[in-house]
Amino acid sequence: MRTGQLARRNLKSLLRDPLSLGLALVLPVGMLLILIAVGNAVGETEAPWMTATVLTPGIALFGYVMLMFSSAMALSRDRDSALLDRMITTPVSASDFIAGYSLPYLPVALAQTVVLFVIGTFFGLVMVGSVGLVLVVLGLMAVFYIALGMIFGTTLTVNQVSGAYSAVLLLTIFGGAWIDLSALGGAFEAVANLFPFAHALDATRAVMAHGAGLGEIASDLAWVIGYTLAAAAAAVWLFRRQMIR
Amino acid sequence: MSATGGAAVGGGGVPALEATALARSYGDVVAVDGVDLAIREGELFALLGPNGSGKTTTIGMLCCLLRPDRGSASVRGHDVRTDARAAKAVISVVPQETAIAEHLNAWENLRLMGGLHGVPSDEIRTRSEQLLDVLGLAGRADERAKKYSGGMKRRLSIAMALVSDPEVLILDEPTLGLDPQARRGMWEHIASLKGRTTILLTTHYLEEADALADRIAIMDAGRIIAAGTASELKDSIAGGRVTEVRAVGIDGSALEALRAVYPQATPVEGGVDIAGDDVDLYRVQDLLRPLGVTIESIGGTQISLDDVFLTLTGKQWRE
Repeated sequence: MRTGQLARRNLKSLLRDPLSLGLALVLPVGMLLILIAVGNAVGETEAPWMTATVLTPGIALFGYVMLMFSSAMALSRDRDSALLDRMITTPVSASDFIAGYSLPYLPVALAQTVVLFVIGTFFGLVMVGSVGLVLVVLGLMAVFYIALGMIFGTTLTVNQVSGAYSAVLLLTIFGGAWIDLSALGGAFEAVANLFPFAHALDATRAVMAHGAGLGEIASDLAWVIGYTLAAAAAAVWLFRRQMIR
Repeated sequence: MSATGGAAVGGGGVPALEATALARSYGDVVAVDGVDLAIREGELFALLGPNGSGKTTTIGMLCCLLRPDRGSASVRGHDVRTDARAAKAVISVVPQETAIAEHLNAWENLRLMGGLHGVPSDEIRTRSEQLLDVLGLAGRADERAKKYSGGMKRRLSIAMALVSDPEVLILDEPTLGLDPQARRGMWEHIASLKGRTTILLTTHYLEEADALADRIAIMDAGRIIAAGTASELKDSIAGGRVTEVRAVGIDGSALEALRAVYPQATPVEGGVDIAGDDVDLYRVQDLLRPLGVTIESIGGTQISLDDVFLTLTGKQWRE
């Protein structure tokens, strides 16, 4: 009930800020359309990386980065005001708080994903494997990004959140969101593989383009699950520390 | 007067709020330095002190937001460190800053706080209707709070604390920044809660503590330097009365003549003040008139909390 109250309040905040909500939906779509147009102009032979099948999961991660930013800002702003301290004086646990701030972003992430994939299909997106498996991987990544937002919102000021957003966006791009990681090779690829972004993209693209099953993406999925659980646990732990200073 | 003794709980039983040797520093700065408090059930207790005296830090520890470096505190017997969730269940806090969700309307703000306290929805609705009516917000309850005036936001902030029907209400500078009329209105609301809710109020407005509190503790530099009822505090200073002599021509010899009888006579602008409850007005006139002093007025007045603070700390009160 307490999580529900908090989630309801944060959902209302989100819905009453139509500009941010609209941008969270429109910008990824715009980015997908532009990159597909560039790919079409160059040609698939010259730029096999710029097809809807390859680009769509990467752009989905870009959309989640925006949600991470939005969730981090919401929490950080509440920290700046006296409202969060006031809510902390109620008998609500750290995990309730994190859930209450995170939950409203999950339907938005789902909406972003569905819209991107529907648009992708109009531009030749191939889905050989299980849609459900793709949604599981991307859903976990959405939770991971929102948990990162909770970590940043708990520990950083509103101004610092922008810096963190840029850093995560770069990591996402260099995780292969819309660049060919294998073409970069060497140290770049090795470093990218230390983070969950490249693994999530490899897994979704393998399912979409080659019909890979759970067994074939298990290793990549383990990275994604590990990072997601670690980020969620870290968010709760950090928030608990914030509750009594 | 001993701070501990002055703030001690009377009549036995567990105090609603209790602190023992509570201390907290920020780096090298000692914010609270061994505070003892015991606040009775249903009492309105004011923690009075200038800015930076440690009031808000004390409150932060009592409502489980700040970890004490030393000492202990409990709310209705629940230790704020080891049983914070139970302590939080019985308190409600009105922070110094206006802590409301500005994009929500009054109903939604009340539902949020009531829900976080675990109050069932139908009770929240009933209490919200009453509170919005009593606090004069019913007419604009459907508007988003960001459109409210400062006074309305402050009233909504108080309503958000009351929607859970708390056993202990902590008000941190509830009238800070309000105009005098709104402040008076807020005093009436707070006074109406006396008796059924235990209230800890911090303020740096002397008259606010004087008007509202059953008992007052004066804080300075992180310590409680005096505690008691307003009358007890005033009486502790020279019997609680001062005689104000407003006169023309008080020179050194006139002051000397007065001090021979009343050593506590102090020159002030336009005359002399004599602290003490044994000043004979006729004798003062008899002493001064032969020395050519023209007395314009003479009369006794009660010592103010301002005088108490000045006497105890040697510092002038600054709001």
